[in-house]
Amino acid sequence: MRIELQKRAQPSPLFSFVSPLLALVLTLFFGGIMFWMLGKQPVDALYSFFVEPLLEVWSLHELAVKAAPLILIGVGLSICYRSNNWNIGAEGQFTIGAITGSILPVLYPEWHSLMILPLMLVMGMIGGALYAGIPALLKTRFNTNEILTSLMLVYIAQLYLDWLVRGPWRDPQGYNFPQTKSFVPEAVLPEILDSGRAHLAIVFALVAAVALWFMMRFMLKGFEVTVLGQSERAGRFAGFSAKRMVWFSMLLSGALAGLAGISEVSGSIGHVQPTISPGYGFTAIIVAFLGRLNPLGIIASGFVLALTYLGGEAAQLSIGISEKVSRVFQGLLLFFVLSCDTLIHYRIKIVTQKLRGGAAHHA
Amino acid sequence: MKKLIIALAATAALLGGFNGGAQAQDKTKVCFIYVGSKTDGGWTQAHDIGRQALQEHFGEKIETPFLENVPEGPDAERAIERMARSGCALVFTTSFGFMDATAKVAQRFPDVKFEHATGFKAAENVATYNARFYEGRYIQGQIAARMSKKGVAGYIASFPIPEVVMGINAFLLGAQSVNPDFELKVVWANTWFDPGKEADAAKALIDQGVDILTQHTDTTAPMQVAAERGIMAFGQASDMIAAGPNTQLTAIVDTWGNYYIKRVQALLDGNWKSEQIWDGLKDGILTMAPYTNMPDDVKAMAEETEAKIKSGELHPFTGPVKKQDGSDWLAEGEKAEDGVLLGMNFYVQGVDDQLPQ
Repeated sequence: MRIELQKRAQPSPLFSFVSPLLALVLTLFFGGIMFWMLGKQPVDALYSFFVEPLLEVWSLHELAVKAAPLILIGVGLSICYRSNNWNIGAEGQFTIGAITGSILPVLYPEWHSLMILPLMLVMGMIGGALYAGIPALLKTRFNTNEILTSLMLVYIAQLYLDWLVRGPWRDPQGYNFPQTKSFVPEAVLPEILDSGRAHLAIVFALVAAVALWFMMRFMLKGFEVTVLGQSERAGRFAGFSAKRMVWFSMLLSGALAGLAGISEVSGSIGHVQPTISPGYGFTAIIVAFLGRLNPLGIIASGFVLALTYLGGEAAQLSIGISEKVSRVFQGLLLFFVLSCDTLIHYRIKIVTQKLRGGAAHHA
Repeated sequence: MKKLIIALAATAALLGGFNGGAQAQDKTKVCFIYVGSKTDGGWTQAHDIGRQALQEHFGEKIETPFLENVPEGPDAERAIERMARSGCALVFTTSFGFMDATAKVAQRFPDVKFEHATGFKAAENVATYNARFYEGRYIQGQIAARMSKKGVAGYIASFPIPEVVMGINAFLLGAQSVNPDFELKVVWANTWFDPGKEADAAKALIDQGVDILTQHTDTTAPMQVAAERGIMAFGQASDMIAAGPNTQLTAIVDTWGNYYIKRVQALLDGNWKSEQIWDGLKDGILTMAPYTNMPDDVKAMAEETEAKIKSGELHPFTGPVKKQDGSDWLAEGEKAEDGVLLGMNFYVQGVDDQLPQ
């Protein structure tokens, strides 16, 4: 007996619906077994992982804070990936966006003006876009592989940030600790409600997701992205330029990553420091695929990933599960979600030994 | 995916229903937040040993939940807020970089008490506590000067904050009290906790010809490199003898336990007050690991210095001391004031490094 995967002629609508649920059940089941093996009450553990963070208002705010950069970057990347451009360097664009956006509050700390925040956001977007423009230029001019160039630019961006905050941008009154002066209140992204820390970044994220969903669904540009992504040749016949698409998708995703960067620094941190991201740019790649490269799906997947972060913390505090175990749990969740998606495009066939005449029924 | 979230929440809520929240609430919660892993073999482990001592001392009366590997930054603020909200009566935030986050959360939760290690921002409900690690470093410097054949030691430093600069200077002053020509090379790892970077720094220093290694970072990686390369080293924050049985001369061991017990007792008695504590060897907030792998006369010298520091007879920062640029700092017999030490922003003469400015 052996198990075969057979490609379906059409993606299965049934499994499109069932697959996430199945993944959830499997994750809960195997996660529960893992907790049980660690000597913890599985029910308690799962409760504090998935429910505790959703029960209190302040915690929902934290969820939004964590999800905002993931969604903002993720929706930008989804356009890239749909158009068959592989921007892996969102982490670098995030970093450069944070730097260019911070130029005003760091270099002109005495400038109190309502203009400062909009300017910061625009400069952050420009910075991120220009930085994503480097791999775009290299790809269109020299035909380099954008996966490699965009990834390597991440390290350059991070080291540049490191140098800035330890050197020229360091706060002279900061006891030599590597961080800049705190931003003036006018340069801090305002919180939405009084009940918690969620700030405007989550609004940007939702607006960007809906706008891009609209573009993909109803606008010619969206059709262009899809066609060029599936077949460059077909796109050419339709009069679309693959080169222009490289620029469009890279600049767009870079700008959104840059916006996420300056929003994080301005709204959540309040100054620039050597580490400004726990890897949002890379996690957003997972978020984009978990959301099936659909901007609305990415809203949901962004929140799910944010929830596993917060849940890991809650579980650590309330039942003493190690922080490492919560990482394993995140991995389990992603693994099952992605592998269950296989069932949408493939069907499982159990082939018994008694095959006569070979695999005659294979198409 | 949306369905997934809803289903997730629903299933979990269902599961939670059986759980009933049967947690006893009569215990006092004393919480800890760590920058590294509680088994890092150094700084965080020392705090966790303190936490365990605290738990053992008060037994059923208290609970001591903790969060480990919390990055300094926005995550720290959330983690501390989570603790304040989860009913912690007292929160110990055990890294310098948690300072701003602690101050922010403390402002929002006036009824919760906070204690921040090694910082300088206090408030009505925020105390600070620190140990005079420089006392131990002075002893190490003396040992280094006696044990080093080349007269050059290497120092793996973390961030150029006063705390670290103070340690470098104390080490060198100790060494110079034995050998006035002693030199010190410094590498800035720019991290508290990164075994890879710390090991690289150790290798770089050894390649530059140092034959004694000391560190102001949190892991045992430099000790292991020293052991591999056959030079001697000092442990930091925890006794690192297991990582270098034939390598460690001694270690500065942070013994926070007694302090934690004292403060929690005050909390339980209802007379906890915000204070700014800076205790030393005599108070038992730091101790020296056994003096090993050295001749008896070096050991005797170290023990004598330790006793003198404890009795107050010897202050490591006593003049005459010149700054690195040759200008005078402390006159003959003059002792440095605490305020100057806590803002220390310069090297003493003999450090072979430029302080990052």
